[in-house]
Amino acid sequence: MIGLSHYLILGAILFTISVVGIFLNRKNIIILLMSIELMLLAVNINFIAFSHYLNDIAGQIFVFFILTVAAAESAIGLAIIVLIFRNTRSINVDDLNRLNG
Amino acid sequence: MMEFKDFVFYVLSFVLIASGLSVITSRNPVTAALSLVLAFFNAAGIWLLLQAEFLAIALVLVYVGAVMVLFLFVVMMLDINLDKLREGFWDYLPMAGFIGILMMVEMVMVFKTKPFNLAPTSESISNTSNTEMIGNTLYSNYVLPFELASVVLLIAIVSAIALTLRDRKDSKKNKPCRSDSCKTSRSCAISKNEVRGKIFKT
Repeated sequence: MIGLSHYLILGAILFTISVVGIFLNRKNIIILLMSIELMLLAVNINFIAFSHYLNDIAGQIFVFFILTVAAAESAIGLAIIVLIFRNTRSINVDDLNRLNG
Repeated sequence: MMEFKDFVFYVLSFVLIASGLSVITSRNPVTAALSLVLAFFNAAGIWLLLQAEFLAIALVLVYVGAVMVLFLFVVMMLDINLDKLREGFWDYLPMAGFIGILMMVEMVMVFKTKPFNLAPTSESISNTSNTEMIGNTLYSNYVLPFELASVVLLIAIVSAIALTLRDRKDSKKNKPCRSDSCKTSRSCAISKNEVRGKIFKT
């Protein structure tokens, strides 16, 4: 029988995959954004699993807000990527040293 | 004895994990985006198993339908040098693998403890649908956060447009009094007055 921990472990595996993805794709901003989306998805799976097993609808409301914020974040992130590409002709993280930080 | 529901869960989670791995390791960003679409679709299936129908459909509509199309647009618009971006791709794998395995083992250890060992709830306790329950809660207890979420989306629209807005150099637009046909200031003044008069008459 599938219990709560199955869903939580699935979320943990997905979260770990996206953390490893951030390490591996450290030069490609687009895949970094995709890894962040995958991370948010893993968190959402946890929220919905808890909402189902504790019989509390509030978890699903939280997922609703996370989806909203994630959509806004990816829209602005992609706009910034387009802007970076227009100015430097590359999306390599190594080329983004304009601020000299 | 494995129920059919358990079988569906294992299939969906296997495809979800495989497509997640494909997102982070694929060479081509288009392949990564399409794998992410597959991952979202399988996650929606898992949410359906958890009786969160509204959010599952919202995930497919909002993410697969809108956000991933946006990703694909951007990926296909940019002309990127893939070999440069893949340079030293596997360099950090030992460190990333170590951190990943450590995180996963820790989380699995936590999830195996007693408080997380909940039995599945009995099917469909309430008669109201999932969408109705979300609506009732969202418009009563969470009405202020709901309105704030709409403000966040509005800010996202405005900032995304403002960030990417630019004047093209070859744009054909002209300002009436600065074009070549209107050198003298007098004719300009006349035309301005004419325009103004027309506006005032009507």
